Amino acid sequence: MEKFTTVTGVGVPLRRSAVDTDQIIPAVYLKRVTKTGFDDALFANWRQDPEFILNQTEYSGARVLVAGPDFGTGSSREHAVWALRDYGFDAVLAPKFADIFRGNSGKQGLLTGVISEADCEKLWSALEAQPGVEMTVDLVEKKATLGELVVPFEIDDYIRWRLLEGLDDIALTLRNEQAISDFEAQREGWRPKTLPVRHA
Amino acid sequence: MNKPRTLAEKVWDDHLVVKGEDGTPDLIYIDLHLVHEVTSPQAFDGLRQAGRPVRRLDLTIATEDHNTPTLAIDKPIADETSRVQIQTLRNNAEEFGVRLHSLGDVEQGIVHVVGPQLGLTMPGITVVCGDSHTSTHGAFGAMAFGIGTSEVEHVLATQTLPLKPFKTMAINVEGTLKPGVSAKDIILAVIAKIGANGGQGYVLEFRGSAIRALSMEGRMTICNMAIEAGARAGMVAPDQTTFDYLEGRPHAPVGADWDAAVEYWKTLPTDEGAVFDAEVNLDADTLEPFVTWGTNPGQGISLSDVVPSPEDFSDPNERAAAERALKYMDLKPGTRLKDVPVDAVFMGSCTNSRIEDLRVFASIVEGKKKADGVRVMVVPGSARVRLEAEAEGLDKIIEAFGAEWRFAGCSMCLGMNPDQLAPGERCASTSNRNFEGRQGKGGRTHLVSPQVAAATAIRGTLSSPSDLEG
Repeated sequence: MEKFTTVTGVGVPLRRSAVDTDQIIPAVYLKRVTKTGFDDALFANWRQDPEFILNQTEYSGARVLVAGPDFGTGSSREHAVWALRDYGFDAVLAPKFADIFRGNSGKQGLLTGVISEADCEKLWSALEAQPGVEMTVDLVEKKATLGELVVPFEIDDYIRWRLLEGLDDIALTLRNEQAISDFEAQREGWRPKTLPVRHA
Repeated sequence: MNKPRTLAEKVWDDHLVVKGEDGTPDLIYIDLHLVHEVTSPQAFDGLRQAGRPVRRLDLTIATEDHNTPTLAIDKPIADETSRVQIQTLRNNAEEFGVRLHSLGDVEQGIVHVVGPQLGLTMPGITVVCGDSHTSTHGAFGAMAFGIGTSEVEHVLATQTLPLKPFKTMAINVEGTLKPGVSAKDIILAVIAKIGANGGQGYVLEFRGSAIRALSMEGRMTICNMAIEAGARAGMVAPDQTTFDYLEGRPHAPVGADWDAAVEYWKTLPTDEGAVFDAEVNLDADTLEPFVTWGTNPGQGISLSDVVPSPEDFSDPNERAAAERALKYMDLKPGTRLKDVPVDAVFMGSCTNSRIEDLRVFASIVEGKKKADGVRVMVVPGSARVRLEAEAEGLDKIIEAFGAEWRFAGCSMCLGMNPDQLAPGERCASTSNRNFEGRQGKGGRTHLVSPQVAAATAIRGTLSSPSDLEG
């Protein structure tokens, strides 16, 4: 994973709350067996509406999404994150994120910054006043900047550290190989085993 | 004397491989990893690229469920991308040595139905799967939650996950359910009460006399939808009902292991004096059949009520969401929910497709005919549930009623296979999500219990079993 420090690009005001994962990527697009090629699937149903914000030419090349509270609720599909990344988004700012989505994002280099509802409204207004304007999201300083407007955001310290360092979770965990083996050695015999196969 | 602990805290503590320090997460051991075709291909790819094996094949099991057709399962899958995804799982299982139950196998079915029926799901274990409804397994007093594909790869490689501790919330449900009211109504009422993100960051423990009185199937229905309140997991303390369900199942412990397990399981219920971070109370005595009117599972109300108006909501986000939802659902405020006609009824999904659910549905529709023009689809949760139902003659009752008796899978819960609603169609569904387009683009979903699904299939409008009397 590449190291994440700051991103500057077109910001998109998505004035909707509770954007669920079925809206971010409908289930019919989950059939691919790769991590790429999902850009067409992002918000696929909403994008059929010519008025939908991502269909406005001003917002082409968008990199930062500013959405309402409870972004990413619903399914655990990481495809939602892949679709946002494939489309070109590097950061989503919202007043609240669903847990699984937030965790998935951190593993794919997508920043999820928690902003206040008041700041969300300010960012929406500023982005709508100048469609296609660029904004900067700074993970080092934990702030988003749009012209004069500076908005702080929160992010889990551990996720932030991994994003800043571009670390691979599995390699980190395997540093604890001995502790895992020790734990396995003392597991009780009654715990479930899928092998050998037993049938009813 | 140790500090009193909750059920969730006990299971967590007993799976601690490395305690996190300075804001780093704990490393938690995973006892059981369930795998299906949709969220695993990229995880196996990652292993292959890194040259890593699956660490514990004996703690891993895979089944095909999301894409599988529910008709003509002996024919090649018509949709090419579905076929490729399922073939990819078969190839990966073969290459890495993972136990797989394929379409046509007697143990194939929805991953959350298969685990418990094989006796793999048990109290005091940790269970993960690349599927948010993994919370289902919490009904046994397990800590069970959905993970993303990166985490699937992580568990395949290390059998652990780095996780931060959750907060705990007690959901106390006291009293006795009225006839025709079920576990599904409890959980829909809980979500309506705390909101579709009210459980965020929490593990919910469902407690109280109404929960104790539920069967394992009912408890699974409740924990299944803990995720619909935004919670990471839902749990019910193990008791004699749990032990009775498990004993004798293919993978349940036997002999001395069984005795040791039961002894340990009896220590798991939350200690007297343990403190939850939050508590919510629900009265089972007054609960009525519930139904959702909107496009998130928190937008639910008693079936005897009317469609609410956006003005009923003081929070501006909720009001805007209600406005959008009513437009999408094509509902007018003030309409009696029981006057809302449906085009389809879906009886199935990991929420309500177990044998008990099918029995309830069949007992209500027995000897009756479905309403004209309503399509009724009944999809058992697993091949074994289907066989069990057929041995009891439920298939005959369901077909005589005019409903379609299908093969096992996720089916119209999310429409990854051909089982979908057409745009504008309205469905009473025993599944778990009423998001826009969930059951097919433009489809409109009302979440209901099996009892309400049956009554609705008979009358053609949203109905509870009590509407069938007289």
